[in-house]
Amino acid sequence: MARLAAFLVFVLSLAGTAQAGSLLPEIPKATGEAHAEGNEFWRKNHMDMMQHDRDLTLRMGERDIEASLKECFECHAVKDDHGTPVTYSNDKHFCRVCHDYAAVKVDCFMCHRSTPDGVDENAQEGNSHAGLMSRPEGDAGEVAGYLERVKRPARRNMMEAGE
Amino acid sequence: MKFRMPAEKPMDSKQPPAARAQAKKTNKAEMTRRDLLRSGAAVATATLAPGVTLMAFGGSPAEAAAADAGKRWGLLIDVSKCQEDCNGCVQACSEENGWESTGHPETDAQWIRKVTLKNTATGHTQSMPMMCQHCESPPCVDVCPTGASMKRADGIVLVDKHTCIGCRYCMMACPFKARSFVHEPVVNQKSHAPRGQGTVESCTLCVHRVDKGGTPACVEACAAAGHDAIIFGDLKDPNSEISKRLAEYPSVALRPDLNVNPGVRYSNFG
Amino acid sequence: MAMDRTIYREIKATGGVWSLAILLGAFVAAAMGSVIYVEHHGHIVTGMNNSVVWGLPHVFAIFLIVAASGALNAASIASVFGQAPYKPIARLSAVLAMSLLVGGLAVLVLDLGRPDRLLVAMTTYNFKSIFSWNIYLYTGFLAVVAAYLFVQMSRIDYKYVRIVGTAAFLWRLALTTGTGSIFGWLVARPGYDAAIMAPLFIAMSFSFGLAMFILVLTMLFKLSGRKFGSGLRLRMGNLLALFAAAVLYFTIVQHLTAMYAAEHAGFERFILLEGGHVTFLFWVVQVLIGGILPIALIYLPTIRDSDSEPVWASVFVVIGGLAQVYVIVVGGQLYPMEVFPGYEVTASAFGDGEIASYAPKWSEVVLGLGGVAISLLAVGAAAKFLRILPTNLTEVNVPQD
Repeated sequence: MARLAAFLVFVLSLAGTAQAGSLLPEIPKATGEAHAEGNEFWRKNHMDMMQHDRDLTLRMGERDIEASLKECFECHAVKDDHGTPVTYSNDKHFCRVCHDYAAVKVDCFMCHRSTPDGVDENAQEGNSHAGLMSRPEGDAGEVAGYLERVKRPARRNMMEAGE
Repeated sequence: MKFRMPAEKPMDSKQPPAARAQAKKTNKAEMTRRDLLRSGAAVATATLAPGVTLMAFGGSPAEAAAADAGKRWGLLIDVSKCQEDCNGCVQACSEENGWESTGHPETDAQWIRKVTLKNTATGHTQSMPMMCQHCESPPCVDVCPTGASMKRADGIVLVDKHTCIGCRYCMMACPFKARSFVHEPVVNQKSHAPRGQGTVESCTLCVHRVDKGGTPACVEACAAAGHDAIIFGDLKDPNSEISKRLAEYPSVALRPDLNVNPGVRYSNFG
Repeated sequence: MAMDRTIYREIKATGGVWSLAILLGAFVAAAMGSVIYVEHHGHIVTGMNNSVVWGLPHVFAIFLIVAASGALNAASIASVFGQAPYKPIARLSAVLAMSLLVGGLAVLVLDLGRPDRLLVAMTTYNFKSIFSWNIYLYTGFLAVVAAYLFVQMSRIDYKYVRIVGTAAFLWRLALTTGTGSIFGWLVARPGYDAAIMAPLFIAMSFSFGLAMFILVLTMLFKLSGRKFGSGLRLRMGNLLALFAAAVLYFTIVQHLTAMYAAEHAGFERFILLEGGHVTFLFWVVQVLIGGILPIALIYLPTIRDSDSEPVWASVFVVIGGLAQVYVIVVGGQLYPMEVFPGYEVTASAFGDGEIASYAPKWSEVVLGLGGVAISLLAVGAAAKFLRILPTNLTEVNVPQD
């Protein structure tokens, strides 16, 4: 009986936290037009589409597909406080936001650059290993910093991102 | 934005089911005015630019094309025009493709290098650049366990870094030491030349330029420096500058005994 | 057929067994640490470079893989060639073959530039590459030997043991040929382009495999306090001497043939004379310690009859074997390729024409030893949990043929 009560308290406290600040990722708003196929389609299928296109480009030499990673960053580059697009080592990076949440490793940026052309990725702090995860923001270290962010109230953009 | 409008691409089984379903529903009316203007500009640039660059550097006028089996891209290097103290091709390649020499050749990227040779019989010395020879029967392609080391239909030999597992067998197999391994994490890559830790890389014949009708950076740099030691072109086109020169003047391939038939040949080599 | 009186029993987990397991576990943990270190910083922290692309980890891996196929020999001699005295040790032989292969493969895979792409390697194949074939040969070997072990341990009619045993024997020959061909089919390198690589590797597998088998068998029997009689030991010792001699023979043929061809003379001069530590490893460690010494130990009457034979001979064969693989793998890469025959390279940004340098770092040694530890842990665990070890190998219990 006591165990059941404890369990219920635990579950309710989780629900309480959820109302205070969502545990779901805060997806950065993109610029430019939305994809015609819609967000749900893209979330499910972007990997297949990228793989298909990469084989067309690399092995067949077709470069007029205009669906390169470079193209993605034209709308999906997230900027830091100075207005510079952040690299993959920063957890605000567009791909990081969802992929951190889903705990699915993104392999692309071991070889591809993660910002639009012209951005000096070397200048970004903690960017010696773009392919690896950086520490989340927060003074008190990794876990505390993460909890800090999670407790912030959900942004308006969560709705606009088509949740 | 002209963005892979499903109706415009030929449907093939590689497209995910949703895209194919979409393709049936979408019609051209969804293209906006902006799309139209952009696509028009793109087409115009694509048609004019390659003609301009290629004409200037002696290649055949190629349209911006995908890997075409009717072509075979190659280089002809005139060793007598190569200056021993000039490093222009190497610097241009490193600029273009985003690698740099840190003074440790054993672990640095090796896409192109200068070598100075002395004929042991005659004592004659010469200097020339060495890069991937883009062989017709590349040993590196034969030995790659995953097929990452590949030869395109137009003869350009590449490493598909998506599939490369970094086993370095191709580096063992290459008779020309053309390949190198990326020993450190990489950032700030050029968007047209992705490269990363743990994969093998080599000269791509500037495939990102060639596919848009351009010429490799080393060729451009050598011409810009006034040496004109390297020319680039279609070996299968008898009217291209490179084919005409190959037919007229003697040239050699390195290690002819191996019968790999390189796409890079050297003239005035002695 | 004589009645099988052999009793197989698991070894007991004594203090000695636990200590050894913990020690091996520490080596494995260290190897994992090394992998994380190299993965994080890149291969720049190892001694391997653009000229010597395969180093100590590959030396260990190839030694283990070659020894793995040879370790199956004891079982093959029993099942395929019908030699009764080897029947009691056939189960351990099969298990050791699998363990050594797993250890060797672990090292190979963990040294890849992108080991996270192992799934790609296992699903995308280029069948012109002997490497691709090897992936099937290695995993198939594990499957066939597992089946072999299964039929041995079940109460099935012996003819099925013979059939599966023959399949395993043929598979193991294909595997070793494939491993040798990794080198033998490289036309570019003067040290490798030779058909004799395949039979040389077969001979090496016989020798190294038997040596590892003798060492592991002796160790397991000591740990479990079981008696290991001199009859079988001497038989295996004689066989080891024969195999070591075969390796010497193929090595001589390999180098004599290469020396005869003018194009390979430079490479042979490097290995046999001017290669510094490579020359030392070849003559002193490979030929003397790994070849002549074990043969002498086994055939000299005073030493032969002692209790420590053929254990010391096996130790020396293993040491010599590692040196041999080093000379083949690293020595073959240190010598420059002949890109411009007839020309001397007076300047090159990439060391063309120069002898390369290779200085292994600790991360590589630790990884290689970790692979050995994985193998030994695996075979030890098998002996602890499965009935693969006979209780007694003295003359009374060894079936006479």
